[in-house]
Amino acid sequence: MGIVSPGFQGRPRSSASDLPPGQYLTEDFPVLSAGPTPRVPLDTWEFVLTGETGAEYRWSWDEMMGLPQDTPTVDLHCVTRWSKFGTTWQGVSLDTLLDGVDTDARYALAHSYGGYTTNLPLDDLRGGRAWVVHTYDGGPLPAEHGGPARLLVPHLYLWKSAKWVHGIRLLVEDRPGFWETAGYHDYGDPWREQRYQGD
Amino acid sequence: MTAQAQGRRVAPLMWRVARLVERRIETPTAQTLVLDVPGWPGHLPGQHVDLRLTAEDGYQAARSYSLAGPADGERIEVTVQRVNDGEVSPYLTDTYAEGDPLEVRGPVGGWFVWRTDGTAPVLLVGGGSGVVPLMAMIRARRAAGSRTPFRLVYSVRTPDDVIYADELRRRARDDQGLDVAYVYTRSAPEGWRGEPHRIGLADVNSHGWPPDLEPLCYVCGPTGFVETVADLLVGLGHPTRRVRTERFGPTG
Repeated sequence: MGIVSPGFQGRPRSSASDLPPGQYLTEDFPVLSAGPTPRVPLDTWEFVLTGETGAEYRWSWDEMMGLPQDTPTVDLHCVTRWSKFGTTWQGVSLDTLLDGVDTDARYALAHSYGGYTTNLPLDDLRGGRAWVVHTYDGGPLPAEHGGPARLLVPHLYLWKSAKWVHGIRLLVEDRPGFWETAGYHDYGDPWREQRYQGD
Repeated sequence: MTAQAQGRRVAPLMWRVARLVERRIETPTAQTLVLDVPGWPGHLPGQHVDLRLTAEDGYQAARSYSLAGPADGERIEVTVQRVNDGEVSPYLTDTYAEGDPLEVRGPVGGWFVWRTDGTAPVLLVGGGSGVVPLMAMIRARRAAGSRTPFRLVYSVRTPDDVIYADELRRRARDDQGLDVAYVYTRSAPEGWRGEPHRIGLADVNSHGWPPDLEPLCYVCGPTGFVETVADLLVGLGHPTRRVRTERFGPTG
């Protein structure tokens, strides 16, 4: 327990909490990003999976839409401390995209239109826990929330769910991404409150 | 464990006990809290901190706040905008008293920062309390004796909502190479030319720097504001990598 600040009471305590430590619930959908919002036309959009040997797998927008689609409903947890419950998405599971990709890599670096990057273990992209999503709440994903398509890895803090995703590089060794280089955690598990490097 | 992973291992950011030493009323809804933080490691203008409050029963709530001033020993300043239904900000503005403890962790953030040895012209565009980290840069510039040309475009609802109003007036006069322009969205001061309006192309174009001067642009405020201004800057020809943004969500 920390040092008590006299007179601080806080919100009424909720007993059944699905909130990770240090988070609060919001009904809004706040936006957090480091620069201007890229606008990516669908006719030139592509998703590129690059193996550790340099082998490339590419999908155009139409090809991505032609893959089997999932409709996950998930809770979001942002490192800036808001959480949002029960968001619904549509997109393609990374299991589908990684199917048939022969790799010894253990890490992945997602990269985005606009230059953003974020790293995560490859295992966390597998097992029905990660998607490339293009639809939010029944409509096209708005650009400020990462459209036309973003990564969605809801069991990690939301900065791992790279907006405007362009591709994923498979890596033998971990390589920190944009926020990770700026001091944020390499893994980012909200339930273990891994916000910053060293947490 | 790879060599790279070892090289990046860092000590956890620790929670430090801070105490209030001074409170400044900035506007009817915004206050600056000056905190004494023994062991504070210093910071760069633009970085933020997490503040954590603990109740008698152990319940905790934490929020992020931009640092309002440059590094100054073990003193830090944050400016808190009171959110009426917020959990943390009303406590900080109404109840938290001189000498009371809270916990601070930081500094955090390594992108939305300005380094005092920078020479590229700087454009700061702030909406509402988004001016706070920009003010840290303006104060750091003066404290370091930097001559880097700075321009601040500050969007507020009314003249009463201007945070740091007196200091900005003084600095616009005394800090050589600092220009300050205002955009009023609801009501403008007496004698103001033009109508209240949301920030637009003309404001950014006439008060900013042309792209060929290769300025660094910092935009901070509510999401809609930041989206608008960042899009305008890109539209005017500023490379996206020269436009750094920080958005305020609901922080309460």
